[in-house]
Amino acid sequence: MPIAHGMAAGMGGIRTAGDLVMWMQLRKRMRLAEAKRYVADKLKVTPRDLADECVMRDVRHDLDIGTITSIPNSAKGMAAKCRIAELLGVEINSVNKFKEKAGLK
Amino acid sequence: MSEDISTRMGDGQRITMSAAQVKEDLVAGTKDAADRGEIPELSGAELDHLFEIIADRNRIVGVEPGEEVVLTDDLSVIRAMEDEGAGGAVGMPISRLLADLVHERALAQDSAIFEATAAINVMEIKAEIDVETQAYETASLLMTVPLLYLIAPAILWYFHPNGPYENPSDIMPQGKIKEAREASEKAADHLMNDLVFIGQRLNASGCDCLNLDTTAGGGDPEFYGALRAVQKLKETAPNMSVEMGMSSEFIIGVHGQMTFNGERLAGMFPHQQVKVAEAAGVDIFGPVVNTNCSRSFPWNLARAVTFVKETVAQANIPVHANAGMGVCGVPMRSTPPIDCVTRMAKAMAQIGKIDGL
Repeated sequence: MPIAHGMAAGMGGIRTAGDLVMWMQLRKRMRLAEAKRYVADKLKVTPRDLADECVMRDVRHDLDIGTITSIPNSAKGMAAKCRIAELLGVEINSVNKFKEKAGLK
Repeated sequence: MSEDISTRMGDGQRITMSAAQVKEDLVAGTKDAADRGEIPELSGAELDHLFEIIADRNRIVGVEPGEEVVLTDDLSVIRAMEDEGAGGAVGMPISRLLADLVHERALAQDSAIFEATAAINVMEIKAEIDVETQAYETASLLMTVPLLYLIAPAILWYFHPNGPYENPSDIMPQGKIKEAREASEKAADHLMNDLVFIGQRLNASGCDCLNLDTTAGGGDPEFYGALRAVQKLKETAPNMSVEMGMSSEFIIGVHGQMTFNGERLAGMFPHQQVKVAEAAGVDIFGPVVNTNCSRSFPWNLARAVTFVKETVAQANIPVHANAGMGVCGVPMRSTPPIDCVTRMAKAMAQIGKIDGL
């Protein structure tokens, strides 16, 4: 069923920019259109680009914020989330906790 | 081209309806929601749009580019690990961490759920909180998408024979209304305290979001306890977001007199539930509209879109319509037919104007 939802109307997770829009909904309670505009502005793309795999694969790779295909020497997991928090300008709880425990904050 | 339309009943059975029959059920479905919720019916143009979505002869349908919505779910882990049950899970011998990585990197979902196998019993989660928080911390290191910790705040575990309080369902038939209400109040307080304890521990472990799923399945006491817990967590753990998904379209009045933010909880429909949820501090709200197995998919979908559209209109926070089996128009099957699932997703995005599913 998640595959059907994803095919019909989903953004595409880290394949595109679904996680980034989700972060803005979670952290700033942004409605969908506002969250898409905010993320698109930060990434310097259009809102429509956010669910375009061809556009977002390159954008994510260039910004090093995690890609769905595993690339050696690229940010993954917490490393990607640290960069996402900084890029989007939001407080991510897990990132803050990690930085605190790593002595980075 | 034949005028007959292949669609389904609310239990998933395949049926054929004429265009006139589909249109008749769409009108009846939206009227039913409007009557029950005292909300506007779908307009003629919206019903025409809904008809086009249902009558589409393709197996699956989808939104136009740019109309995509964010996906959350309540089953990332359970779907992979457990037996079929209500979750339609596949029973693979796989860890929670691996299940979530599959969810993120194979299914390309926008968020993932981390949940205890005892997710419906808050007291059991509380007893195992160290195991849960350590496991969450490990998963969080490897996950990129938001990782939501899911709990079903089921108040029924607090009543006899499982919990410490008398069961209102047992004593109300004996005429003990006052005692039943007192038991509900005690259970709601107990639930709230346990949720706050768990939430604070999760927050201390860097949890990004607490997802309270199937909220209010135990009626207004459960809704009350969950709302108060969110209110307290927002004071002490402001960097941990909260998503609240409901269990059904209507808050059952087990107590009947409980209020939150000055509003009586019993009898609330989704567009009213979202207002108290956002007042409590909920960041994303998940409305539920029950599927009637004895009515057609067009009837159920028109009814669900009517409720959800009004909920979205009333909300100031993102609304992710609950879109699993047996809710919001999806047939009640552990293998929901994708023709219905994709039509529901398209209708909710284009007509319901949801922020997510």
